[in-house]
Amino acid sequence: MAEHYSSFERGGRRWLWQRLTAAFLVVVLAFHFFLLHFVHHADEVTFAMSSARMEQWTYYSLMILFLVTATFHGVNGVYNALVNQGLSGTKKTAVKWTLVAASVLLVVQGVRTANVWAGISLLPF
Amino acid sequence: MSQSYNRGLIEDFGRWREFSAGMWAWIFHKFTGWVLVGYLFTHIAVLSTALTGAAAYTETIQTLESLLVVRLLEVGLLAVAVFHILNGLRLLLVDLGVGLHAQDKSFYASLALTGAIVVASVPTFVAGVF
Repeated sequence: MAEHYSSFERGGRRWLWQRLTAAFLVVVLAFHFFLLHFVHHADEVTFAMSSARMEQWTYYSLMILFLVTATFHGVNGVYNALVNQGLSGTKKTAVKWTLVAASVLLVVQGVRTANVWAGISLLPF
Repeated sequence: MSQSYNRGLIEDFGRWREFSAGMWAWIFHKFTGWVLVGYLFTHIAVLSTALTGAAAYTETIQTLESLLVVRLLEVGLLAVAVFHILNGLRLLLVDLGVGLHAQDKSFYASLALTGAIVVASVPTFVAGVF
């Protein structure tokens, strides 16, 4: 009989967070594409325009939440896909912590960039 | 007596000729997901040029946007994102038990709507590059 792998864990909550972030991202990703390709055009982008948007706290906080949810949804999706392909044991642990580290780096770099546009200097680097 | 059906490894891509609509939806969702997460890291890397200065950021974006290949890749990204969004909505409904009997039709509808939105968006995405 063929083996069957599943990323679903009984009692776990990652499946729920994957769906909650999906519901949020469906709306915000569509908004992001619409705003930056149809309302504004990608070839007209300047630092000043990005800065003007990011200086509004509503837009800034939405983009930070967008970054965090997209990172979780994407990286958790990659992890689930690998587990569904049969990833297990030490390799599974190594991949898990590599993805966690990559996520932290991505979020920190994204927040640093958003802060430059917003004129915020919270992080000391 | 209970009976079991050996469906084999659902991840066995070598059996693609046997795949049903739901299986293709699963594969396309996985493929578009990989592309989107790869793009997310690339996107933040490109936007990070803002850390080196306003002029560097503006020049980087405007240089990239002047390239036809980048515009075509953006159309591809739109296709991938729109399908992932529409099929994602379909999956959320399937998870809630809504429209299970028509899950194959909703996959075809996701594909058709993706195609229509992408074709309609091409003029906007390539504007000014020629």
